[in-house]
Amino acid sequence: MNILVFIERAEGTVKKNSLEAVAYAHAMGGNVIALALGEMDEQELKALGTYGASKVLHGADPKFNAGVIQAYATIITSAMTQENADILVLSDSSLGTPVAARVAAKLDASLVTNVIALPETASGFVVKRSIYTGKAFAKVSLTKVKKVIGLKKNAAEVKEVGSPIEVTPFSATVSDSDFATRITSSEKATGDVLLPEANIVVSGGRGMKGPEHWGLIESLAKTLGAATGCSKPVSDMGWRPHHEHVGQTGVKVAPQLYIAVGISGAIQHLAGVNSSKCIVVINKDADAPFFKAADYGIAGDAFDVLPKLHEAIKALK
Amino acid sequence: MKILVCISHVPDTTSKINFTDNNTRFDSTGVQFIIGPYDDYALARAVELKESMGASVTVINVGLADTEPTIRKALAIGADDAIRVNAEPTDSWFVAAQIAAQAKEGGYDLILMGRESIDYNGGVVHGIVGEMLGMPSVSPVMKLDLVGNTAKLAREIEGGKEYLEVNLPFVAGCQEPIAEWKIPNMRGIMSARTKPLKVVEPASVDSGVKLQQFELPPPKGAVKMIPADQVQELVNLLKNEAKVL
Repeated sequence: MNILVFIERAEGTVKKNSLEAVAYAHAMGGNVIALALGEMDEQELKALGTYGASKVLHGADPKFNAGVIQAYATIITSAMTQENADILVLSDSSLGTPVAARVAAKLDASLVTNVIALPETASGFVVKRSIYTGKAFAKVSLTKVKKVIGLKKNAAEVKEVGSPIEVTPFSATVSDSDFATRITSSEKATGDVLLPEANIVVSGGRGMKGPEHWGLIESLAKTLGAATGCSKPVSDMGWRPHHEHVGQTGVKVAPQLYIAVGISGAIQHLAGVNSSKCIVVINKDADAPFFKAADYGIAGDAFDVLPKLHEAIKALK
Repeated sequence: MKILVCISHVPDTTSKINFTDNNTRFDSTGVQFIIGPYDDYALARAVELKESMGASVTVINVGLADTEPTIRKALAIGADDAIRVNAEPTDSWFVAAQIAAQAKEGGYDLILMGRESIDYNGGVVHGIVGEMLGMPSVSPVMKLDLVGNTAKLAREIEGGKEYLEVNLPFVAGCQEPIAEWKIPNMRGIMSARTKPLKVVEPASVDSGVKLQQFELPPPKGAVKMIPADQVQELVNLLKNEAKVL
């Protein structure tokens, strides 16, 4: 069984979540072929062998640096044909998921995204996926020969199972129509830990009283190597950018540790964090609904607790 | 200009999720259904475009007769007519194939929908529809402006945004802040009653995805409260008990 894994690019490096896709495909017991597009760090591509890839294809053309949905779908589809792969595994993201959709339509494949566990193959091919924004799960059976699987974060554990391998150049044929959407520019927060990939997230809500107090959140996040997030009201009021909004209609996160400061815990916010392994809630109001969804709670003033927490964590590091 | 807006009929965001029939059916007892919040943004932007530059707005929903109040709400918000594909929306592929089948004949310049429905969260219907119709697809779109035949878009990416241009026709999966949600006014509600709502039977489709069973997450254990003056204790617990530091 040949499984193609799409390796997403982040500023010329391999996106962390793509390693989970490699680990997932390896754990499925297949022959794992990784495909990377755009200019990327050669050492990182070689290292994909360490995580389970048996072949690494690299389409290094700089015109693939920007993620054009149609072009990526065309290239991935032709790589699957060339490598005789029936299954595509990728990590769900703002690029991966739309690309998965088009690849599945090109191949007439069974398509499922938000997958959280390895398939059960005892009878058929059954995967477990998250639905209702993490409030429930569905087990679905994929019945077509070709399959496209989008993974939610933490669907597989990244492990060292092999050693680095050579990278094989891959030349892809694309047509002008694949570039019908033209990316004119982009803006990106640099140097920060990306929220959807972060292992630790520190989020602030209205209880932070204003954007001028975000230094407390940011400095704690920095010490923890965490990403910063916020509640919907905070992004609606413009205290923080929209891409930091965690919740039902914002970013859904699945970190090891989620620290919520001054967020009351509306059900829409909980929907974005309920896949977190451990939730800490700090809120002045001991009756805040978020405490019911938390593992650990402190009923206290954020402006008093946050600096102490920061000191205690600094001491630990 | 002709705009098609695809809407899902989904449980209100505050709904408690439960299942029946040995965990194979969604339990709609006591659940309030709404236009998918992301679809609602797409609809609002379509109505804005109609108001600012003239367009006809058709809404399409794949659903059984119980979705008609949701469709009427979309008509009250400002859509001109509606299509209901009379079938249960079992999965993304099925829904996308039905939308593509209807859109093929429609000659739409713009096909808008939410980035994902909030029930199955697939986030793929726009891509499948685009591929099936041979149109570009872009998602998640947070800004959409038209200059002649060209759309200028902003797409959210992890940690930022990307600006794009694409010519009509194309498919977009939308999200905030593309437009402000519109609340239907009395005139809209009255006129929605008589706007055309066409019911069509579904095309035969093999989606290749079959539901086996739903599951609910295990109940959460009780929260451990730590006094505000013992922050060190929290750090110890995170390190030694939860093992997340």
